[in-house]
Amino acid sequence: MKRLRLAVQILFTIVTNGYLYGFMNGKIYRGSLKFACVPGLNCYSCPGAVAACPIGALQALLNQKGFQIPFAALGAFFLFGSLLGRFVCGWLCPFGLVQDLLYKIPIFKKKKRLPFHPILKYGKYGVLILLVCAGSIFLFGGYAKIPAFCKYLCPSGTLFGALPLFSVNEALRDQAGGLFLWKLGILLFLILLSLKVYRPFCQYLCPLGAIYGWFNRFSLVQIRWEKEQCVSCMACEKACPVALSLHEISRSPECIRCGKCVDACPQHCLRFSGKRPDGFHQV
Amino acid sequence: MGFWRRISRHAWMLGVLAGAVFLGIGASLKQLDVIWKKAVMICLECIGIG
Repeated sequence: MKRLRLAVQILFTIVTNGYLYGFMNGKIYRGSLKFACVPGLNCYSCPGAVAACPIGALQALLNQKGFQIPFAALGAFFLFGSLLGRFVCGWLCPFGLVQDLLYKIPIFKKKKRLPFHPILKYGKYGVLILLVCAGSIFLFGGYAKIPAFCKYLCPSGTLFGALPLFSVNEALRDQAGGLFLWKLGILLFLILLSLKVYRPFCQYLCPLGAIYGWFNRFSLVQIRWEKEQCVSCMACEKACPVALSLHEISRSPECIRCGKCVDACPQHCLRFSGKRPDGFHQV
Repeated sequence: MGFWRRISRHAWMLGVLAGAVFLGIGASLKQLDVIWKKAVMICLECIGIG
């Protein structure tokens, strides 16, 4: 499962960022696919991106003149969320892959959570409400509204958008100033933190994780628990990278469906499932 | 009780249906064009210039 997940993460990142011409010339893909959203946090200013970022799309719709309910973005969230929940975070998000790889580097003693986790985990809801929604609706820069999350926080834009573009596009590089340094600082901080703590951006700041977490309880893809075979060894709890208890696995908004609990269970009583057959219980 | 259990069991289907309806409404309001227009230009805010 571990290798399969890594392979899926790498493959999905390559497929959704497969416009190689853009990386070589410092330009972005301008084809018709870009009206559609990918499920994960994938900056549409990445030179290779072949589709739109769902959070960027939400902000673009909220930035329009006059308020309009962002139906197209909500549609994408409901579709991906109802089918997959935070499986998107665990298996399909490029920035999640980066954090996974950083956490594997054996530098610091690893921690699953930050101190004050019970409070800090609500940070992502704050980012969603204050930066993505309120920021996009109310903040103005000159004559245009501001996509506040993308502008002030999003590390995916810096890593997958700014750095590849600046490396080959001199005109853009010359315009980089204080705002870029601010965003670069955030990216470096998150990279350093990811060496010590498991997926700090996903656990504490990602607005997309906050949205998909809401769908975790009833999404199609679930982790099922066969209660009768369980010997309560708690190997699943020890393996869970975000330190969930057995009863929180799968249903908690924090569960990213990475499947480490499924791998760890010696009795094979946890498994991925798309339906709820008799004799199986949702955790 | 059975009714609510059945509903919760199939809630994901309602979610997918709602998603399809929302996408349809969004498309009819030309919101997909808004997303496309934003996504095909380099987003200066995203890369720390704007």
